[in-house]
Amino acid sequence: MKLSNGKGKMVAPLLINGEIHDVIVRSADTLLPILREQLGLTGAKQACQNGDCGACTVLINNQPSHACLSLAIETVNQSITTIEGLSNSPMQEAFVNNWAIQCGYCTPGFIVNSHALVTNHPNADDNIIEEWLQSNICRCTGYEEIKMAVKSVLKTSSE
Amino acid sequence: MIAFDFEYYEATTLKEAKELYEKAQAMDKKVMYYNGGTEFITFARKGKAYAEVVINIKNIPDCNLLEVRDGTLLIGASVTLNAIVNAGFYPLLEDVVKRIADHTSRNKITIGGNLNSQLMYKEAILPLLLADAKLEIFGEEGIRYVPVQEVFNKKRTLKQGELLVTIQVATENLQLPSTFIKRTKMSKVGYPVVSAAAIIKEEQFRIAFSGVCASPFRSAAIEKILNASDLQIDQRIEKALREIPGKIVEDVNGSSAYRQFLLTQVMEDMYRGLEVGK
Ligand code: FES
Ligand code: FES
Repeated sequence: MKLSNGKGKMVAPLLINGEIHDVIVRSADTLLPILREQLGLTGAKQACQNGDCGACTVLINNQPSHACLSLAIETVNQSITTIEGLSNSPMQEAFVNNWAIQCGYCTPGFIVNSHALVTNHPNADDNIIEEWLQSNICRCTGYEEIKMAVKSVLKTSSE
Repeated sequence: MIAFDFEYYEATTLKEAKELYEKAQAMDKKVMYYNGGTEFITFARKGKAYAEVVINIKNIPDCNLLEVRDGTLLIGASVTLNAIVNAGFYPLLEDVVKRIADHTSRNKITIGGNLNSQLMYKEAILPLLLADAKLEIFGEEGIRYVPVQEVFNKKRTLKQGELLVTIQVATENLQLPSTFIKRTKMSKVGYPVVSAAAIIKEEQFRIAFSGVCASPFRSAAIEKILNASDLQIDQRIEKALREIPGKIVEDVNGSSAYRQFLLTQVMEDMYRGLEVGK
């Protein structure tokens, strides 16, 4: 099945936050700039573009994924959730309530990943939390508050 | 941004992938199979990888197998590292792949991609070398089955146009006593300065290394020495170090002298962990 032409562009229907959005992509475009520049979904942040920092984390089929490490074209037929799709989620509120934020650049990536963590592991222990959170880097706040935010959601959902 | 354009295809069968590959080759185009794509995307962005035609093989059902069939564990080349961990079939392989990159990346990195990496580490190979895994490879002459040592041990790789379909491990080799040690320069997530996996099979110690030489390896000469019960453990290690099959890497992560020092420690820890020589 041919999906794209050499130097041409194609209209690709992407399922993002429950709605289909038609975007125009080169085969070589990663998902991150398409979200940010064509759809105004600027919550996923561009930083390392190398899969190292987690600032661009989105959910693809409910699993955390780096938007900088997927070609936009390979996400056709997948379900994408960005931080905008998690607005007012328990995890977002937990980050606010636990002051798990300073400049905020890393925060969307952390919230998306943490949301997936508690969804996939409602009984996550410290090892699982550490394993998942290792994927995101924060340069200004402490990781302790972030862990507290995650634990507060785990605690509320188990009650 | 990737600064070149390419044709992108998604193949749904092995035959289709091969036809697309051959067609591109016949037109003299630089063609590449694409699996998880993490290495291709990062390398292409930096100008270290290039293709005019990219064939995504992730939707080929054979490449997505993850099951036990007739006493053999089948792992498709497109299975992600996290899927391997979650499946729980092969504890040593899980221990090893759990330390490759980070959790989010492991949702995208495939085992086939790791084995075919241009980087020297390819750590997923270590348990496969120890378990005498077989590879199902699809190429010009159709399917062939090859011991993993023949394809990925040392610097060898797949031939041009070949595609890794499945990795096959006999179930009797999945639950043997095993250990894995990875030493990185700074944080838990990172490339190994030294990593080694070992198992005990039929009372014999098997060991494979990554990060030490220009590619991962398992060496019969080293294992013979490490199993020499007439020698003390420290004598065995000292002798084994002389049999490292290549130059010990010297790079920004560590000098070769430091790697050699770590190797000694790692082997000692492995003997202790597996209670060899007791
Ligand atoms: S920008 Fe994607 S991981 Fe850093
Ligand atoms: S809050 Fe500033 S980088 Fe994390």
